[in-house]
Amino acid sequence: MYAAPFSYHRAGSIQEAIKLLRELGEDARVIAGGQSLIPLMKMRMTRPTALIDINFISGLSEIHAPKGELRMGALARHADIENSAAASGIPLIHDCAAGIADAQVRNQGTIGGSLAEADPSGDWATALLALDTSIVCVGPSGQRTVALEEFVKDAYTTVLAHDEIVTTVHVKMPAKGSGGAHLAFKRSAPVYPTASASVQLTLEDHDQCKDVRIVLGCVGLTAIRAKGAEDALRGKALTEKSIRAAAEAARAAAQPQSDMRGSAEYKRALIAALVKRAIGIAARRARGESVESGHEYVGR
Amino acid sequence: MLVRVRVNGAAREAEVEPRTLLVEFLREHLNLPGTHIGCDTTYCGACTVMLNGRTVKSCTLFAPMADGGEITTVEGLATDGKLHPVQEAFAECHGLQCGYCTPGLLLSTLQLLKKNPKPTDAQIRKGIAGNTCRCTGYQNIFKSIRMAAAEMEKR
Repeated sequence: MYAAPFSYHRAGSIQEAIKLLRELGEDARVIAGGQSLIPLMKMRMTRPTALIDINFISGLSEIHAPKGELRMGALARHADIENSAAASGIPLIHDCAAGIADAQVRNQGTIGGSLAEADPSGDWATALLALDTSIVCVGPSGQRTVALEEFVKDAYTTVLAHDEIVTTVHVKMPAKGSGGAHLAFKRSAPVYPTASASVQLTLEDHDQCKDVRIVLGCVGLTAIRAKGAEDALRGKALTEKSIRAAAEAARAAAQPQSDMRGSAEYKRALIAALVKRAIGIAARRARGESVESGHEYVGR
Repeated sequence: MLVRVRVNGAAREAEVEPRTLLVEFLREHLNLPGTHIGCDTTYCGACTVMLNGRTVKSCTLFAPMADGGEITTVEGLATDGKLHPVQEAFAECHGLQCGYCTPGLLLSTLQLLKKNPKPTDAQIRKGIAGNTCRCTGYQNIFKSIRMAAAEMEKR
């Protein structure tokens, strides 16, 4: 399949990329890993007239953890994050990075591209909404930092102006006694999940839930904070009953559509199951246990 | 536009439209048809090649994005007419039937073993999850990868 014709421009710096975006006009687009954009272009669902390749801008792929924060450059590949010692301090992030698509796509796809693309089935926005995340964007008049809650506006839509580029993703390190998990179910490795759930919770006295965030993915136009599900746990003991109440509230908060991945009803049931399981894994991790977790698919 | 790469150790170049996919660049412009086009939708992995030491799906990369890069395709695995141990193992263990997925699986196997010389079965499953075979049921592919790992360890 051929994409519609476009001109190709390789940017040597962020400033050059911004300048090119202004010069080439509204139909120009930035390309990073291209693992979402190229398939869309091949299907002619999007037809940019110019691509500005930012892959060769140096210093945009670093992952490091200065005091109390994890910072990931926009060009950090999912595989870089999967294998990063700095990122392994937040297990939920490792779950997400290690489970996206397959080895080849993880080698090429980037965290900045995934967030800027804002595909409703993408994993990163769901995972990172369970944490305190902000996005650093650079435009012609300088830099601004936007909370992830504000960054994604709608399906495939962010607050980024045409001449703005994501440069870094900042995540606040979770408190001591906090644990999280990102779970997703997909039909096979290379595809987007059918549904996903991210939970980050802080425990005190072993099983009292001091604070919690629960986020649902692939079941709405954007990732959904399931606040009702959080209320079912916050300030309460983690018991079978409270966890079931949270899972039920998550099922109600989901806004799935029936499509080739499953019926709306099936996706609601799946969301409830994923949330229940993610709470269990997050709690075990909060207690200091090391638990393997991540994307589930047939044949895994 | 002119795209210049090193493929299997040799400098190659061709004038192409920017929308040319890397897999078409290799097959049609550099006359290296060993890399296959399977699904053409980032799913099956038949088009897997190594770009700068990492496997990628060459149907999901525009050729200009690889400009200046170092590429390994299935044609570059054998040296001096002698098959690579991964190729030997696939031949020995019947790790292929029709052979369509094989170029991609060989590169994914190489990537897996480079990172993890002694993979468990679970790690093999994860390593080749982006490669679809519709003939063999994967049992012999697993045998091949286990044998390749053992052979490469000896060397």
